[in-house]
Amino acid sequence: MDILGRFRRKKQDMPVDSYGAPGSGRSTLISAVTIVVLLFGWWLVTRLGLIKPLFLPAPAQVIGKFEKIACTRYYLEGLWVYLGLIDTPKLECAGFSDSTLLEHTYWSLYRVFSAFFLAVVTAVPIGISMGMNRISRGFFDPLIEFYRPIPPLAYLPLIIIWFGIGEPAKIILIYLSCFAPLAINARAGVRSVSIEQIHAAYSMGASKQQVIWHVVIKAALPEILTGMRVAIAFGWTTLVAAEMVAAKAGLGVMVLNAARFLATDIVFLGIVIIGIIAFMFDLLMRRIERALVPWKGKV
Amino acid sequence: MTAILKLDHVNVVYPSTTGGESVRALDNICIDFQPEEFVVALGASGCGKTTLLNVMAGFIPPTSGTIALKDKPIHGPGKDRGVVFQKHALLPWLNVIQNVGFGLKLQGVGQKERREIALANLNLVGLSDFETHPIYQLSGGMQQRVGLARALTSDPEILLMDEPLGALDAFTRESMQELILKVWDKTHKTVFFITHSIEEALFMATRLIVMSPRPGRITHEYDLKFCREFIAGTDTRKIKSSPEFIKIREEILAIIHGEELLEELG
Repeated sequence: MDILGRFRRKKQDMPVDSYGAPGSGRSTLISAVTIVVLLFGWWLVTRLGLIKPLFLPAPAQVIGKFEKIACTRYYLEGLWVYLGLIDTPKLECAGFSDSTLLEHTYWSLYRVFSAFFLAVVTAVPIGISMGMNRISRGFFDPLIEFYRPIPPLAYLPLIIIWFGIGEPAKIILIYLSCFAPLAINARAGVRSVSIEQIHAAYSMGASKQQVIWHVVIKAALPEILTGMRVAIAFGWTTLVAAEMVAAKAGLGVMVLNAARFLATDIVFLGIVIIGIIAFMFDLLMRRIERALVPWKGKV
Repeated sequence: MTAILKLDHVNVVYPSTTGGESVRALDNICIDFQPEEFVVALGASGCGKTTLLNVMAGFIPPTSGTIALKDKPIHGPGKDRGVVFQKHALLPWLNVIQNVGFGLKLQGVGQKERREIALANLNLVGLSDFETHPIYQLSGGMQQRVGLARALTSDPEILLMDEPLGALDAFTRESMQELILKVWDKTHKTVFFITHSIEEALFMATRLIVMSPRPGRITHEYDLKFCREFIAGTDTRKIKSSPEFIKIREEILAIIHGEELLEELG
């Protein structure tokens, strides 16, 4: 009742709202309520046995699986041994698909972030050069625009034929999916610099290099960061496809193998972990954005 | 005396983009700027004021004619001509004093000296208390003052101001007019100032040039002294409501309206 009351009071407190910019106001509370309702619904539906665990495992079951394949107790026991509280460890670490959850996570993080890193150091300079140079734009634009809408799964076979089934092939696939949004945003960022800023720098005696370095790239920074946020999301999207190629460990492999054994709880677990990592990284990027480009949207 | 800046038969023709006639933005412009002059260009939009400023700043090369700064022909922009823009010209990733000292940084002036010069110029526009403020937190008038301080920091021969007060409200605008005149008086700079406010033009100019469009050209010139009266201490409102001020204001209004009428009649 209190929550409902808060919504109602807010409406009365802000009479201008009805004619303000559509969609203004805070939405955090609504998001929190959505998540809580969703989790509760999940729990309730499985509790009442409305859906078989094969299709929708109970929250407790997923958490139990987490404990098992993350080997939390095994590590805890290791800590006890280290502290000298018990003599010999008794538990074993099973994991799933020959790897613990930590190892799966490590491999996926390694693939996504090394591909992302490589994409940032190559695509951003290329995007900037596309924004500033006619020849560069003419050269890269058709290439990027051609491959960009193609689903990574479609060119995955080609990547395997060309680069084999090792780590490079996986990283290249993720790299390609990160590349296009980074380059396109960097290019748009360069375009967003105002002609007045460039003219002002020239009339203060700037050289062309100084204008590029001190004005154009700085002005492009907000959109480069936006590009990074979009790119990392594409990277996670492509991860599962990349790990279809003979990967031993990885969250994508874990999910694929679990599906083969109809272990729905592990599928859930993999999805939730990927989601949480991606979300945390996005929160981090938003922080970096606020610290690095505090003027964004204010000029 | 050598002119600070001299434009000799300057023409600018923009080639047409849509296949129609090309546009004569500037037609045979001759002006010379004497030291410590405050020249104001007045005219309706499209009369070539901004093109004229861009040619003087070196952003646009003239199609024909020459521009010389102290007898040396200019090619491209340079720090001997400081420019103040209407808006969007400050760098939001730098704070106030970094913006003002930006030109010095580009020239490799050391941190300490840079700060000293920048502070002196901030002081001149009355913003020394806002040294470390971010640009995007300042009001429009304050941002223009930062822009003025920044243009002064390179110690240019001439200040080119492209409708610097165009985006400000009427109250801020008047106090900014006074501030710019005071800065002009203190620094003894030569100024070229663009506006489309008749009152502003009359109040600030030592020489007023009235421009008219298609092709962009100078139709009238006036030598004025209202800004001198302000420097001598006369109150702004008193100047702007004096009979001579009103008389010349109406005269210029009539000229501009007359041109518009002629234009409509074709």
